[in-house]
Amino acid sequence: MYDVVIIGAGVVGGMIARELSFYNLKICLLEKENDVAMGATKANSAIVHAGFDAKVGSLKAKLNVRGSQMMPQVAKDLGVKYINNGSLVVGFNEEDEKTLESLKERGEANGVEGLKILNREEILKIEPNIGKGVTCGLYAPSGAIICPYDLAVSAIGNAMDNGAELRCNFEVTQIKDLGSHYILRSQDKEISARYIVNCAGIYSDKIAKMVGDDTFCVHPRRGEYLLLDKECGDIISHTIFVTPSKMGKGILVSPTVDGNLLLGPTAVDTEDKGDKSTTVEFFESILDIGRKSVDSIPANKTITSFCGLRSVGSTGDFIINSPVKRYVNVAAIESPGLSSAPAIAEYTCQLLTSIGLSLVKKENPITKRKSMHHFREATLEEKNQMIRENPSYGKIICRCEGVTEGEILDAIRRNPRPTDLDGIKRRTRAQMGRCQGGFCSPYVIELLSRELNIPYEKITKFGGESYVIAKETKK
Amino acid sequence: MTDLVIIGGGPAGMSAAISAYENGIKDIVILERDDELGGILRQCIHNGFGLHKFKEELTGPEYAHRYAKKVRDLGINVKLNTMVLDITKDKRVIATNSQEGVFEIQARAIILAMGCRERAKGALNIAGSRPSGIYSAGTAQKLVNVKGYLPGKEIVILGSGDIGLIMARRMTLEGACVKAVCELMPYSSGLARNIEQCLNDFNIPLRLSHTVVELHGRERLEGVTIARVDENRRPIKESYEFIPCDTLLLSCGLIPENELTKGIGAELSSVTNGSVVDQNRETTVSGVFSCGNVLHVHDLVDYVSEEAEIAGKGASEYIKGINKKGASIGITVDGKIRYTVPQIITEKKDVTVYLRVNNVYKNVKINVYDKDRLVLSKKKLKVAPAEMEAVKLSASMLEGVESLKFVLEEEK
Repeated sequence: MYDVVIIGAGVVGGMIARELSFYNLKICLLEKENDVAMGATKANSAIVHAGFDAKVGSLKAKLNVRGSQMMPQVAKDLGVKYINNGSLVVGFNEEDEKTLESLKERGEANGVEGLKILNREEILKIEPNIGKGVTCGLYAPSGAIICPYDLAVSAIGNAMDNGAELRCNFEVTQIKDLGSHYILRSQDKEISARYIVNCAGIYSDKIAKMVGDDTFCVHPRRGEYLLLDKECGDIISHTIFVTPSKMGKGILVSPTVDGNLLLGPTAVDTEDKGDKSTTVEFFESILDIGRKSVDSIPANKTITSFCGLRSVGSTGDFIINSPVKRYVNVAAIESPGLSSAPAIAEYTCQLLTSIGLSLVKKENPITKRKSMHHFREATLEEKNQMIRENPSYGKIICRCEGVTEGEILDAIRRNPRPTDLDGIKRRTRAQMGRCQGGFCSPYVIELLSRELNIPYEKITKFGGESYVIAKETKK
Repeated sequence: MTDLVIIGGGPAGMSAAISAYENGIKDIVILERDDELGGILRQCIHNGFGLHKFKEELTGPEYAHRYAKKVRDLGINVKLNTMVLDITKDKRVIATNSQEGVFEIQARAIILAMGCRERAKGALNIAGSRPSGIYSAGTAQKLVNVKGYLPGKEIVILGSGDIGLIMARRMTLEGACVKAVCELMPYSSGLARNIEQCLNDFNIPLRLSHTVVELHGRERLEGVTIARVDENRRPIKESYEFIPCDTLLLSCGLIPENELTKGIGAELSSVTNGSVVDQNRETTVSGVFSCGNVLHVHDLVDYVSEEAEIAGKGASEYIKGINKKGASIGITVDGKIRYTVPQIITEKKDVTVYLRVNNVYKNVKINVYDKDRLVLSKKKLKVAPAEMEAVKLSASMLEGVESLKFVLEEEK
């Protein structure tokens, strides 16, 4: 019997698990996929928003501003890359300028500090490659970038270091309330828990219905992205948004914490919760759109493209409530969900207390985690010391991103343990560079097979039927 | 201080090392990231290598072995499992391996021989889902030939580069069914002999002017939509065709791996994606040479070895302080000829200029002009992008020349 079961191991579920793991509780995180961070967490804009977008007084506004303030410390404790690069919303005419003024006012009402309207000359001083048509901009010094799956993996790893359990490939299909506790079923498996936290992303309405709550629904909004080579990462230093219009927030151009350049997302509502395909229309238009706000985005520097599904709720705000006893919804966490994640975790814990969960702090909870990038961030001297102690740090597996065998082995042996190729990719960046695994994937398959003691043919890209090998040639 | 540091122990690096050694430089180190010498030849188990160089048909590993043996016999220093991380402008090479950690070598001269990589799926902007089962042809080759695993059973290949053609045959021989090879261009980018021996002999259809427009399948690949393209290489909607398959191999071009070269500050050509070099294969940074597929993509390894010999000799002269440079003849092209290597001639001696064209042409002349004066004219029955051409210029032809222009003239 668990005290709390969290459904969904994305960044929100992960941050809540981490927060709860500081208390004397038996926790389990359930995930329907083969690994953590598989939903919206792995495919979003990777931005910590300043907090001027959300409506004054909304939960989104409150948790965004609070989350963005908490993020530097959280990132530091978890060893997650976070860069406070500042953001810029650019405008192209007088109407945009008016919109920026009202955004600034809204931001100030939300408690965002340091907002400033800049003219073209002022923008050029901080962003020389800004688009030719840009006339004005709203500068937010607290805007930042972070790696979302790094945050989720690290938070879940931290929770597991404190004793939380993770069960992947556990898709909750039925929830039964037995009065004192719930039974959660997935095919032939079942577990019981006193409290449930629903962080199931685009499936959170489905979970809510299982406990009899049909007060909301969520639908997926497709967002396609283009990721460019690291050669392009320094074209700009700030995250560049365009002035929001009736047509939505528009396409942003941003450096990533790993030094690439990210363009996106589109915003197309859909019914299909499994459709993460990219479209021809996107490829045809994205560069032209991006070039309006940032000059000199080169063609032919794409290293990958992907589509994420944001969970858009029917209320317009985050849905964090307790419609039935011993149960909490943390649903409709669309943008600024990543930015808000630390604050959502804090808020959810308070809500759980208010519905009867008793929180008693552990004596010595682990609150910090060694960075997944500790080797690459080490000094030359430290690196050499580490190679002497563990020669596998001297063997480069992924040449594009310079990832060593030692780092891949660390990732395989550490919580939460990856069992597929994409899991290794998200934790170490091996296969994530310009050749996209062309050279290193055969080695990564070998390391996974050896370490997990499973045959080549059983290794997958991301679980399910996503096998990478058909058969041995000589069998 | 080491006289000569060679980065890469594939065919280019090995041949350059032997050439430098034979020209009197003994203090050489080859840095190789893999656990054996040979580079990509190690996975090319098919034959057809060495016809020019050795007048016999060798497999890739056999060809590599001849050079590796010679490197060993000469006692040339080789560091395996060693990855170069950075090269500075003052020729310090920073590398890492398990025995020495991160270390530095100060070189007198450097030969860049890092080879190339395949254009990856992400760079092709193919719409659709992101399932498993999509490999570059070289990755599939490594899995089948070195690791002993077949990546899939029903195959479509996009791109008719040589590795794609070779893999079409290889997968067929391993029991897979290759349903089609799609080529965006109206002609193949592979060698004619490979089209015969790898596709026609196995009845594998080559679909020219076709591309893959969409991927299907949420976990493993379940099929691809292919389409015919118009003269502007735009897919024609009416021609969409679904082919069920569990594997897509990509053979869509090779890209010289010049990330380290950028660190040194050597000028790169936007056409070859390799360094700009002179007749000795010296880059715009004095004492830094480049050869093999990191300089420009070759179709035959024999030519790689030849080019590396030139670079090895050039580096040996540089180290010995022999400087015969007395010219600066820039070579330009007309566009039909995409590029030449070298791009500049700095010494008036016999020079072979290699070039590639941008399309298939029949009955042409490769004309070399010094301003308006025709220096040389070479007739060709057929030229194609897949096959590199060579033009020999003698020292006497270069007398009084300031610049050269290579022009492809079609006969009326």
